[in-house]
Amino acid sequence: MYVLGQGIKNIWRNKFFSLASIATMAACIFLFGIIFSLVINFQEMVKEAESGVTITVFFDEGISDEQIEEIGTLIAARAEVSHIEYVSAEDALQQYIEEYMDGSEEAAAGLAEDNPLADSANFEIYMNDISMQSDLASYIEGIDGVRKVNQSVVAANILSDFNSLVGYVSAAIIIILIGVAIFLISNTVATGITVRSEEIGIMKLIGATDLFVKGPFIIEGILIGLVGSAIPLVILYAMYSRISSYISNNFEFLANILTFLPSSTVFMYLVPIGLLLGVGIGYLGSSFTVRRHLDV
Amino acid sequence: MIIKLDDVTKIYQGKAPALNHLSLEVDEGEFVFIVGDSGSGKSTLIRLLLKELDPTEGEIYVNQRQLSRIRRKQIPKYRRNVGCVFQDFRLLKDRNVYDNVAFAQKVIGASNHTIRHKVPVILSMVGLAEKYRSFPDELSGGEQQRVAIARALINNPRILLADEPTGNLDAGNAWEIMKLLDEINKRGTTVLVVTHNMEIVHAMQKRVVQLKKGVLMSDSGTDYAAGV
Repeated sequence: MYVLGQGIKNIWRNKFFSLASIATMAACIFLFGIIFSLVINFQEMVKEAESGVTITVFFDEGISDEQIEEIGTLIAARAEVSHIEYVSAEDALQQYIEEYMDGSEEAAAGLAEDNPLADSANFEIYMNDISMQSDLASYIEGIDGVRKVNQSVVAANILSDFNSLVGYVSAAIIIILIGVAIFLISNTVATGITVRSEEIGIMKLIGATDLFVKGPFIIEGILIGLVGSAIPLVILYAMYSRISSYISNNFEFLANILTFLPSSTVFMYLVPIGLLLGVGIGYLGSSFTVRRHLDV
Repeated sequence: MIIKLDDVTKIYQGKAPALNHLSLEVDEGEFVFIVGDSGSGKSTLIRLLLKELDPTEGEIYVNQRQLSRIRRKQIPKYRRNVGCVFQDFRLLKDRNVYDNVAFAQKVIGASNHTIRHKVPVILSMVGLAEKYRSFPDELSGGEQQRVAIARALINNPRILLADEPTGNLDAGNAWEIMKLLDEINKRGTTVLVVTHNMEIVHAMQKRVVQLKKGVLMSDSGTDYAAGV
């Protein structure tokens, strides 16, 4: 109780620096929140794109249904394959008609009688790990009865490269921010320690344990972290839904590419991570400093 | 005996020894003046007894404990048995008299009930019962030193160390403080007073240990108190 009370008093006594630390922490968590929201949305979009058809497998002419089924079993057994879908020649024609012969029933009926896509029965393969696409394609090419394998190499590579680039860049930014935050909090705590070095000396002479002396400073750091992360999370929450609905409403042409996760999903992760990060930075920043300055 | 220094030398890096092969014994219940010019090693002695410093050579025993064997983590507990007051009082300026004294109890984890009971008792013993709400800056030097003494005593230490307790006080206040220390000693606490106020030392008729440049020059022994 005493330690907690002193921790709060420390913040008050040291108003200016506490405020500066809270502001820095808030800025850090705010930026973190923005990056986090962007990354989590981007990853969702990538996942969406990845889950699209990436490999199409065509069969030798005159192949039997049993053979096709066998090929399907072989492909489905691969770990990187999430699922496969069989598209029969009739299905393929139907797709073609829908896409290119919009409304022209007669032509469509004519085609149906002599299906030009008779050899177009295929497997559409959906993957759960797009980086394995090339490996999978060459594996499938080696299977008996497979005539042709189509794959969207470019899309696959760009997506996975871009995804990891975004990951690295945001990780680097976040690490720098965390470093700055730890530095500032440790400065705040160090200032508090210097201001009250006399008091600390008295405590030690009276026989205060290390915990008793250090506790208030660590509590101070944790509280700064907690407040400094709670504030931006509230702001981000208010901003997120507004911005995402604004973009969706005003840039409809982007609607196909940009799909935003609902704020409840984003903040289900962001709130605990943000608070934990704030408290963690506060704890680290203060306990480093306390250890450095109070070892008497 | 409650304090024993066995051939203790303390050398600060690159300097002449602050204490040079000092041996000294103090019995429980004694009142001892440590006198000497500045640089005689008086304050070093106090700091060694508080285990703020460790001797370069030799052994110190307090309350039958060998100080070199006290591990870092146990130092706080050790210090609770050794009260100390200083020339500059070392009070917490942002807290009133009551809180300054209560602070020493909070440090050792005393319950609020105990604190509320003990603080007034000790404050009336040092004659400050009515000023419990005053802040240090509102008190005279003598009163501030009384608060410091109350704080040192509230945890019932067996030893009270006083480093120049009257150094910042006028003659009248100095006497009052000495009388208070004498009274505390009569209640059974061993009192060690470092001072250079020879007038008081002569008048008090207690054991006097004189140091010079870290060496024991003279020790009146307990006989002094008997009037020899």
